[in-house]
Amino acid sequence: MLGGDDAIVTALRPRRPKVLLGASLFVVAVVVLPLAFLLTEADGSGATKLWHLVWRSLTASLLWNTVRLTVVVTVLCAVIGTLAAYGVERTDLPARRVWAVLVVVPFAIPDFVVSFGWSSLSTWVQGFRGAVVVMTLAVYPLVYLPVSASLRGADPGQEEIALSLGASRLSTFVRITLGQARRAILGGCLLVALVILAEYGAFEILGYQTFTTEIFTEFTIGFDTSSACALSLVLVALSLVLLVGDGAWRGGGRLSRGGPGAQRLLVRRRLGRGKLPVTSAYALLVLAGLGVPVGSSIYWIFEGGAHALVGAPLGSAALHTVGYSLAAASVATAMAVPVALLVVRHPGGLHLLLERTTFLVLAMPGLVVALAISYFSEHDLNGFGHQSAPLLVLAYSILFFPLALVCVRASVAQSPVGLEEVAGSLGVRRPGTLVRVTLPLIAPGLGAAFCLVFLSAVTELTATLILIPTGAETLATQFWAYQQNLSYGQAAPFALVIIAIAAVPSYVLGRFFDRLPLRRAVAQHPRP
Amino acid sequence: MTDLEVTSVHKSYGGRAVLRGLDLAVVAGSFTSILGPSGSGKTTLLRVIAGFERADRGVVRLGSELVDGTGRFVAPDRRRIGYVPQDGSLFPHLSVQQNVGFGLPRRERRGQRVAQLLEMVGLEGLEGRYPHELSGGQQQRVALARALAIEPSLVLLDEPFASLDASLRAALRQDVRRVLRKAGTTALLVTHDQDEAFSLADRVAVIRDGRIGQYDTPQALYARPLSPELAAGLGETNFLRGITRGGGVETPLGLLRLEDGTAPGGTRVDGAALLVLVRPEQIVLSSEPGDDRATARVVDAEFYGHDAVVRLRADWDDSKVLIARTSDAGTLPEEGTRVALSVRGRVVAWSA
Repeated sequence: MLGGDDAIVTALRPRRPKVLLGASLFVVAVVVLPLAFLLTEADGSGATKLWHLVWRSLTASLLWNTVRLTVVVTVLCAVIGTLAAYGVERTDLPARRVWAVLVVVPFAIPDFVVSFGWSSLSTWVQGFRGAVVVMTLAVYPLVYLPVSASLRGADPGQEEIALSLGASRLSTFVRITLGQARRAILGGCLLVALVILAEYGAFEILGYQTFTTEIFTEFTIGFDTSSACALSLVLVALSLVLLVGDGAWRGGGRLSRGGPGAQRLLVRRRLGRGKLPVTSAYALLVLAGLGVPVGSSIYWIFEGGAHALVGAPLGSAALHTVGYSLAAASVATAMAVPVALLVVRHPGGLHLLLERTTFLVLAMPGLVVALAISYFSEHDLNGFGHQSAPLLVLAYSILFFPLALVCVRASVAQSPVGLEEVAGSLGVRRPGTLVRVTLPLIAPGLGAAFCLVFLSAVTELTATLILIPTGAETLATQFWAYQQNLSYGQAAPFALVIIAIAAVPSYVLGRFFDRLPLRRAVAQHPRP
Repeated sequence: MTDLEVTSVHKSYGGRAVLRGLDLAVVAGSFTSILGPSGSGKTTLLRVIAGFERADRGVVRLGSELVDGTGRFVAPDRRRIGYVPQDGSLFPHLSVQQNVGFGLPRRERRGQRVAQLLEMVGLEGLEGRYPHELSGGQQQRVALARALAIEPSLVLLDEPFASLDASLRAALRQDVRRVLRKAGTTALLVTHDQDEAFSLADRVAVIRDGRIGQYDTPQALYARPLSPELAAGLGETNFLRGITRGGGVETPLGLLRLEDGTAPGGTRVDGAALLVLVRPEQIVLSSEPGDDRATARVVDAEFYGHDAVVRLRADWDDSKVLIARTSDAGTLPEEGTRVALSVRGRVVAWSA
């Protein structure tokens, strides 16, 4: 799901794409900036000192906390996300369309809001137990979305064939259905694991100590750069292990998809007597993931009394959030276009390497990116741009660049290169072709990239806390401030506005990913 | 006047040679088919001519202009070559009118010219439709109109009828031919379908292993193929061994007359060994064996309606199976019966 696994054969173009290559090199340089700073800073601290900092007992306990949480939540998300997707896509579950929407909504709710919703209601939701509950409910849509899309694209006829060959329902589900969705499940699990490694706000609220909470504390309270840097390196290494492992695992797999012939009519599996329990399970999931955070926010507004309705700061924070997020969405999408075009239209070793390099950012938690940029502007640029809006937008753009790239790339791969060739044969030059053919064709991907980055920026907390421009507040930082003071009544309206703003792009996104795998990229290649 | 001249063009993909010194010269205003099986390099040739690929070696000339070769390369958007791909490749986000007007200057895109072109391909009234609202045949007509809009000197058609069903194909073929004639454009059609190549084109270039094997009129190609391999590629064949005698060739089927200009010089001397091509429709079957005619047993017969194909096992050589095509399908010989064979018309031969 993170792109790059579909081999695309394209005609070698006669001319070298100098402009594209130049633009892509620039983009990749910007994106890799934070990682470069992290490494130089680590180098400056001295290897012995870093080594010493890494081999502390603190590191071991943080590692244990982080890894066990990641494993447990990833497994839970894989199970819940896959079963939920199967129920909606392949069974006669009542009110499927309604569940399909409700089950995805938690995607638009920031993890720290889910965390707030649960922990403000009960002290039972604390520590490891709390983190498992909250993170599972907050991120299972990352598995649900790709799995449901892949089930929709897969041929249900294969299940019928398995049944006709005498395989039981259960065996068919395990051997055929899970097989079809295997890549989607793995891709979703990777995203879940990366999110958990990067999460800060939810764990802070729950009082659960991981790498991120410790790095944040050391940097903002202790101003201990070397220590924060050493811990960041361990965190980045953990993420890298996941990314590399995922690549190796998926590299061996093969996606056998039948010809694009007529889609067979889907015969949904009858739930029969299981209808009531299954429906109840969906209700429970929606109640826990969506009902509790929203309900608890509403509860705290009324509990807090009339003074809680803070009109002016709410409006100004919303404006800031929307402004920064719109800017970041535009920048990240624009950055993704040249790289996507270069990789899909002119495949080659160097170009692929450039693209893969940008995925390193996935291994950089928002906290680390923000620290690197903040530190860079303060020390290397003598405070130029420090705590300014452009720097925050830059951080968002770098952080969410891989998301934008995945969307734009998928769209470029779907738009046949033949159309651009025809435009060329009709006498239209490259810039004209880009504007009149390519961009209109990849518009859905551009829209999806824009929405995905916008959504992610609106719900971002960690990097925002570090890089927030002086004197400005966003919804997330304002919520955080009130929440930290235990002013739940005042914090709650900010949470609700974040959810409201994030809901629109997630709806648009849901529609994009619905359609994406059905018409997979048909690579055009010369038929000599 | 020559409109397109391709001279010893080479092209490889990843070490695999697809075009190996291909030569082709197309006369202005003519309709040429490039006929070859898949993998023979015909689409690659088209892409090199269009400028989507650059030749590794060799020269491509359009009219008097060198467009590829000796260090020079003219980009596709400066060649003014109309291109009609296999699937039409209409721009899905543009209407029929916008598709056809795509290559025109901005102010002409909605004008007379587009209307004229749509009328020419028989699609007047569909200006506002989008590609997904058109049938396959209509899409190909739009693609043709779009290619002709820029008044190209050359139009390339890459198997444009392949994705259509048989009934639609015949009608569209004739329309395409008529439209291209009317426009006076030189046309180059790539196909693996012999019927299509023969029925549409003035001249057919047979492509084999990255070279042009023979470039001639359809009639000449069928009647006088340059080699046994080319003959085998164009329709069904019977090959017989023979020896020249008195200007003809002595074969198991009797003394046959040779086609003018076949069998090179020295082999006309009596006693030279020849390989003789007898087309299935040249074999005449007779149910009354008599005189000294060769005989054979009927193995089986396939009835096609307009004609029938009869497979025969030769009496003079039990391993030899012959194919005969008869239009007199009403009286098909039964399996196992013995028939007498004779050959009508002249035959082609090569020195063996």
